[in-house]
Amino acid sequence: MSTVFTFRIDGKDVAGTEGQTVMEVAEENGIDIPGLCHLEGIHDRGACRLCMVEIGGSPKLVAACMTRITEGMEVVAHSERLLEYRQAITEMLFVERNHVCAVCVANNHCELQQMAADLGVTHFDLPRINPKVDIDASHRLFAIDHNRCILCLRCVRVCDEIEGAHTWDVMHRGLETRVQTDMGIPWGESSTCTSCGKCVQVCPTGALFEKGRAVASGSKHERPFLPWLKTVQEERGL
Amino acid sequence: MTKPRVATVWLDGCSGCHMSLIDLDERLLDIFERADLVYSPLVDFKEYPENVDVCLVEGAVSSEEDLHKIKMVRARTKTLIAFGDCAVTSNVPGMRNPIGVQPLLDRSYIENATLNAQLPSRIVPKLLPTARPVHRVVTVDVFLPGCPPSADLIYCLLDDLLSGRVPDVAGARFGR
Ligand code: SF4
Ligand code: SF4
Ligand code: SF4
Ligand code: FES
Repeated sequence: MSTVFTFRIDGKDVAGTEGQTVMEVAEENGIDIPGLCHLEGIHDRGACRLCMVEIGGSPKLVAACMTRITEGMEVVAHSERLLEYRQAITEMLFVERNHVCAVCVANNHCELQQMAADLGVTHFDLPRINPKVDIDASHRLFAIDHNRCILCLRCVRVCDEIEGAHTWDVMHRGLETRVQTDMGIPWGESSTCTSCGKCVQVCPTGALFEKGRAVASGSKHERPFLPWLKTVQEERGL
Repeated sequence: MTKPRVATVWLDGCSGCHMSLIDLDERLLDIFERADLVYSPLVDFKEYPENVDVCLVEGAVSSEEDLHKIKMVRARTKTLIAFGDCAVTSNVPGMRNPIGVQPLLDRSYIENATLNAQLPSRIVPKLLPTARPVHRVVTVDVFLPGCPPSADLIYCLLDDLLSGRVPDVAGARFGR
């Protein structure tokens, strides 16, 4: 039998089972902790750092999606300080690539754009880097515009863990970091991609999109299929 | 008591933000009952006057003319508002930034020209190396993102300012 832990998030009493993350328990209790890389149904990666929380008065911040719950822990998920950090992170995600919401396929359907609005980010104090970044439109059905990629790595995880193709991975480091298909060859030449479209579905931004979509038409569907597929996979012991 | 003096300025933008301002419709009557419009591309004053209380600036700072204008506007204005995404982030005008001015002009006026290929050199102001958001050039007091910001948001902002309240632009977002 699994152990039940009781603890508090923002002063609210909550309970979860051993092994769950702070993020999962928060979600179950209707407490919204911001995050762009966490997605129910695939493993957490701790890539975006937006879900940083304070635990038990320690000055060190931890990612809620990567932190397992313990008995009696005191989690602060919302504070002035955390808001400032989250605003700064959001700003950095914007300025390190070239985001132009007005002409983006994800305009109005984008989790990054929504994050900025939710956190009250109305402008960027940091200068834009204006990097020269590629678009790969070699795939028959889909394209990736790296100008809009925030390196959440949802595509990498869904392709590996759910589709089992592991077409996506990560190359280079720091500002040069890019997601890539099949060891850096054009997506359209990939021999592993099954064209299932899962990566496109889970991408929080307009980086991955279906070809032929106009500006602001890239609405991604609800994603209940993800947890379901994960369960099937686990049940079959895959 | 004299009415607050309001101005609007159009830098490197598509004029969409000004169109959204016009979308205030009958609420424009309310605003300009309470304020005077002293300069704007929508009216015919040639000179940006002194002692402007509120100025809405549309567009990024992209050319030498924009640069000259925004510095002058800043010096003569109490509350300067970055009005819309081009002013706030450089938005679409900023899409040229990773390309660089010379390759951009060559591509547009030489490589793609079928007739009379030449770079524009007279009358049009010189482009700056990058299109920049207004606040990277002068101090901005209020940011109103949106491409364009909705008429409702513009009204709230002007209403707040004219009523002496701290402007609340909650609900404003990049894009539309
Ligand atoms: S991906 Fe999102 S934030 Fe980036 S340009 Fe598109 S809508 Fe804007
Ligand atoms: S379409 Fe499917 S198989 Fe191809 S890269 Fe995306 S998730 Fe992987
Ligand atoms: S392409 Fe989309 S899903 Fe993949 S890392 Fe970039 S933002 Fe995330
Ligand atoms: S949601 Fe936790 S690091 Fe991104």
